[in-house]
Amino acid sequence: MNAVLDNLDLALRAFTYTILLFLIAGVFSLVFGTLLAAFRVGPIAVLSKATAVYVTAIRNTPLIIILIFFRIAGPKIGISFTFVDIKIGGLSFTNLFVACVVGLTVYTSTFVCEAIRSGVNAVPLGQAEAARAIGLPFAGVMREVVLPQAFRASVPPLASVQIALLKNTTVAGALGVFEAFARMKSLINDDVTQRVGIFLTFALTFVVLVEIVSFGANRLERRYRVAR
Amino acid sequence: MSAPAVLFDAPGPKTVARHRLYTILAGIALVGILAFVIWRLYDRDQLEYAKWEPFLTPRYITALLVDGVLVTLQMAFSAVLGAVVFGLVFGAGKLSDRAVVRWFSWAVVEFFRAVPVLLLMIFIFFSYGIDRGSSGAYWSVVIALTLYNGAVLAEVFRAGVLAVPTGQAEAAYAIGMRKTQVMNIVLLPQAVKIMLPAIISQCVVALKDTSLGYAVAAPGLTAVGRLIYQGFGNQVPTVIVLAALYIAINLVLTALATWVQRRFVGEKEPLEVSLVGKTDAGGLGPGTR
Repeated sequence: MNAVLDNLDLALRAFTYTILLFLIAGVFSLVFGTLLAAFRVGPIAVLSKATAVYVTAIRNTPLIIILIFFRIAGPKIGISFTFVDIKIGGLSFTNLFVACVVGLTVYTSTFVCEAIRSGVNAVPLGQAEAARAIGLPFAGVMREVVLPQAFRASVPPLASVQIALLKNTTVAGALGVFEAFARMKSLINDDVTQRVGIFLTFALTFVVLVEIVSFGANRLERRYRVAR
Repeated sequence: MSAPAVLFDAPGPKTVARHRLYTILAGIALVGILAFVIWRLYDRDQLEYAKWEPFLTPRYITALLVDGVLVTLQMAFSAVLGAVVFGLVFGAGKLSDRAVVRWFSWAVVEFFRAVPVLLLMIFIFFSYGIDRGSSGAYWSVVIALTLYNGAVLAEVFRAGVLAVPTGQAEAAYAIGMRKTQVMNIVLLPQAVKIMLPAIISQCVVALKDTSLGYAVAAPGLTAVGRLIYQGFGNQVPTVIVLAALYIAINLVLTALATWVQRRFVGEKEPLEVSLVGKTDAGGLGPGTR
């Protein structure tokens, strides 16, 4: 415990990286995942099948393999992000950080796609039939009837995907970004006798962060829940 | 909706033409992306035989399969076995009548669900595994995965027992059974069937998470892969082969889970496991009011 208090600035910096990884990857994965879901649900069979293959492949690959690809194998075929070099305060965002963000986004967006698809499937068939019956075209059906209800139904799976993303940011620590996991490993390395205190501090901070996200998701879900 | 045919009517001639145009454009785009990827790989000499040779040599194939896949599968299945036991104990605790047991189980399960697996792995490695070489790393991975997946399976267990139609429990109480008898004789046998697909899906998660052993230098598929690409400098082919192996194993497991769901549970909804942080107090049946 004392080890953390002595190195409070390092620990806070580490958690800033964690939260930034989570926020950036979260937003991009939501955007990209919605796009993938639109391909999956849309009328063009080629896109739908290709997206299904892509999503299944990425979902069944461990996150660390994807991060290894962007971090270690990518530069060999020219995928590198060395054009990014931002320094704010004590934090530095280089190609390593961006590679991890990209890897996390690619991985999480496939789960977001599946979550949104499950939301769309949860809308009762009768809704779409009724929308067709009053003559709405495809865009109208989606915009006025299906998507608003699908959004409500997909809040719980989306929330659990984002919580999983928050916990997955620790994998970026295994690849060099100095966020919470890497900082915890380095602090325990310095003083193994304090490992219990250090672990409990970092673990409880993660529990608090997860509970905050989960609380927000519960509020959102309760607000948008539909009585059936 | 299960029938995308409801979202859009049978297309008329203009729509057919438009869809055909989109299909051709999409086809061209996909083929273009594929061609670009292959050209890029070729351009950077990643398609050279020398880079792929290790994966065609019997010695390396055996190493990959035995030291890699087999060890990974062993880790995953040991973890899931331990997790089932952990899940049974704490799932039953969450359903208990005594508030102390219930809240304690709730705290344990919430803690292990919210803490990232890597943190658990490193802590256990530094506590237990650090002087025991590769077997220490192996067991740190297994224990960390047991704790995390056990917490998830505790939730699955609780959701499974609560998913058995309430009439079953009510009838059992009506003929005078006590709580333990209701659980053991009536609810658990029916709940196991419902939980089985979720348990197999958790195997997939455990398998993917064994790759996190990379952080503690644990044996397994990712470790063998690292040895290969550090020795031969063929990062890209190694990553592709590793990904393919993981995807293949996971697809088999997912197919198994779907088959079990269809054969033993029928076409009903898959199990709804509650989110981390949701506090619905446990409890079960009329006996707990």
